[in-house]
Amino acid sequence: MHTRRRKALTALMLGCLALVATTAGACGSAKPGQTQLDVEIFGDMGYRDLYAKYEQSHPGIKIVEHVVSYDDHHKNLQAHLLGGSGTGDIEAIDGGYISQFRVMADKFVDFRDYGADPGQWLPWKSQQATGTDGSLMGLGADVGGLAMCYRRDLFAQAGLPTDRDKVAALWPDWQSYIATGKRFKANAPDGVAWFDSGSNVFNAIIGQAPVGYTASSNKVVVADNPAVKRAFNLAVEAVQAGESAKLSTFSQQWNAGFQRGSFATVACPAWMTDTIKQNAPQTSGKWDIATIPGGSGNWGGSFLTVPKQSKHRKEAAELAKYLTAPEQASWIFRTQGHLPSQASLYDDPAVLGNTNEFFNNAPTGRIFTEAAKNLRPQYQGPKDGDIGPLIGLGITRVDKGKQQPAQAWHQVLKDVANATEP
Amino acid sequence: MAVFAPSSVLRRRPNTATEKENRWSQRRHRFDLSGTPYLYIAPFFVAFGVFGLFPLLYTGWMAVTQWNRDIPGSEHTFVGLGNFTRLIHDDYFWNALVNTAAIGVLGTVPQLLLAMWIAHLLQRKMRGRTLLRMGVLLPNITSVAAVGLIFAQLFGRDLGLINWGLSLVGIDKVDWQSGTWQSWVALAVILTWRWTGYNSLIYLAALQAVSDDLYEAADLDGASQFQKFRTITVPALRPTIIFSVIMSTIGTIQLFTEPLMFNPGLSPTGGDSRQFQTLAMYVYEQFWTHGKYSYAATVSWAMFMIIVLAVGANYLLSRRIRSSS
Repeated sequence: MHTRRRKALTALMLGCLALVATTAGACGSAKPGQTQLDVEIFGDMGYRDLYAKYEQSHPGIKIVEHVVSYDDHHKNLQAHLLGGSGTGDIEAIDGGYISQFRVMADKFVDFRDYGADPGQWLPWKSQQATGTDGSLMGLGADVGGLAMCYRRDLFAQAGLPTDRDKVAALWPDWQSYIATGKRFKANAPDGVAWFDSGSNVFNAIIGQAPVGYTASSNKVVVADNPAVKRAFNLAVEAVQAGESAKLSTFSQQWNAGFQRGSFATVACPAWMTDTIKQNAPQTSGKWDIATIPGGSGNWGGSFLTVPKQSKHRKEAAELAKYLTAPEQASWIFRTQGHLPSQASLYDDPAVLGNTNEFFNNAPTGRIFTEAAKNLRPQYQGPKDGDIGPLIGLGITRVDKGKQQPAQAWHQVLKDVANATEP
Repeated sequence: MAVFAPSSVLRRRPNTATEKENRWSQRRHRFDLSGTPYLYIAPFFVAFGVFGLFPLLYTGWMAVTQWNRDIPGSEHTFVGLGNFTRLIHDDYFWNALVNTAAIGVLGTVPQLLLAMWIAHLLQRKMRGRTLLRMGVLLPNITSVAAVGLIFAQLFGRDLGLINWGLSLVGIDKVDWQSGTWQSWVALAVILTWRWTGYNSLIYLAALQAVSDDLYEAADLDGASQFQKFRTITVPALRPTIIFSVIMSTIGTIQLFTEPLMFNPGLSPTGGDSRQFQTLAMYVYEQFWTHGKYSYAATVSWAMFMIIVLAVGANYLLSRRIRSSS
């Protein structure tokens, strides 16, 4: 090749590379002088309009939101914290993972340094995000609460009362819930089970115990804690009575189960009302919500945290405080249905008076906030997120007839040992 | 006794400009002949060093510590071969190994036989032969995760298409995800779907070396299609079969995406009784779900050693076959 032509080609290639390099960095970044805050979340938390309002009142701030799937988001956060770089300025953490990240509380800012008061939130919510040295590493965003969503039409077909107060009176505790299930099964339409999955029932029961899988010393007590065995036995009793539809939560068949009316009751947190609406829009008005047996519970809910890796800690902390403040939390509840975790809102008539048309105008504001308020703080250890599903699998094995309860419990203990040993 | 070489010619420095240029171009030429080949292959080795060798060694280092996500500072605890001892007594590791081997055998043996038969058929002259040869590779170029998800739906217990098809011929619906051998068969089907075309094209390429005269002679002798397959095609494919067995072994020991997608909820536990948890899924579960970083590294290294053993055994077997033929 002629030298001149070769030199021209080389120059062209370098020029193209330079062009690509400069434009690649330019997408979506803040203008010079502006501070860009990256908010990393795992689902729609309803913040988009709030960003616009915040940017208006804080001219130097530009907010960019990234949404990644639930599992990937938490794995990425884990990997970035380990690697030392790559986290956003605000990272949302789900209630199921917060106890795992609390071990690394020293990698997150202490919001008390920025004027946050842990007493602002429900006690158990703040406790979940409090490190061993008392630092507040996460601000409570939403909670799940817990209630029992049921199908009024299927209840009527089986000869059970349908009014939500009468229904709540049917099951003040879990034993009576299982007994009502047997009553339902006696006259139920074909192919309809009492509840969707034994592991969901188990999770609801164990959530009400004063001590769960881990003692406050961080020692795993699954084998010793009688409450865990009792919850396991109750769930096993329910599945052995044939009350379960044997579905895995969030699976395809579980989604379809709402449409096909495969089960008459399901333990539902506030955010699941949206899921039910999406999965089975044509069942509008057929559902209702009653208090959960035991009267208290929580499933899910999230926190906003600011990793210390952030280069704009103060601005990020201020934004996080804004997004979780009572005024914004109340607005999110009224427009999106995410249950707030601010204690002051639990006496707010605007929140308490909320109803849901899809669920036969059930007073969702009152029911879910009561369940969340009544929840006794249960210490969550770092391994709890692993242990719950393992016990759930044990109940599933009994449900499918693969193991006897004693065998299943034995394997659960083996699984827990495998998960918790170093 | 010193030897004095005639120095005047050899050691005189190049003085003139042309002589200097000649010397420089001579050096460049010599370097071009002997040095540039190394430069050409260097990118691969640099990439291998960074992305292959270094992770291998680092994982080996992790395997002799007790690094756990939930124990700060545990990356510095040295435990020697303690993790490997634990591994030998770990039922779940052996369970994953059995699962991987079973899915591997079920997914590879029928698949390679089918690939041989398809390659034999694609040898014949027929209309649209090139189109068929290309079409047979289509399953291989699809996205593994997407295909895994779709097959998981097809194998669904209540709503899956396959159970519906079985019900048309009077067979009760099978719980593919829940049973042990049922899940193995389902995963073997997914693997066969994906890799048969790929292997049949490899065999087809090898068959190009077989002359048509052999097939014509067999036709004249009145051989059936299957007899031609057994006596001409299969012997010709022996070295290629060995190659594809080695590649399939390495591939199935690392099987991960298809079983992961097969689980409702995408959990790496491999079903409620770990019935289809493969070795790679076990590593993933130990690392990400349980945060046992060092133990996961141990299982990874065990996988590596198993692959080395399997390939070694394959190689020795193939040497015996080759020396006997």
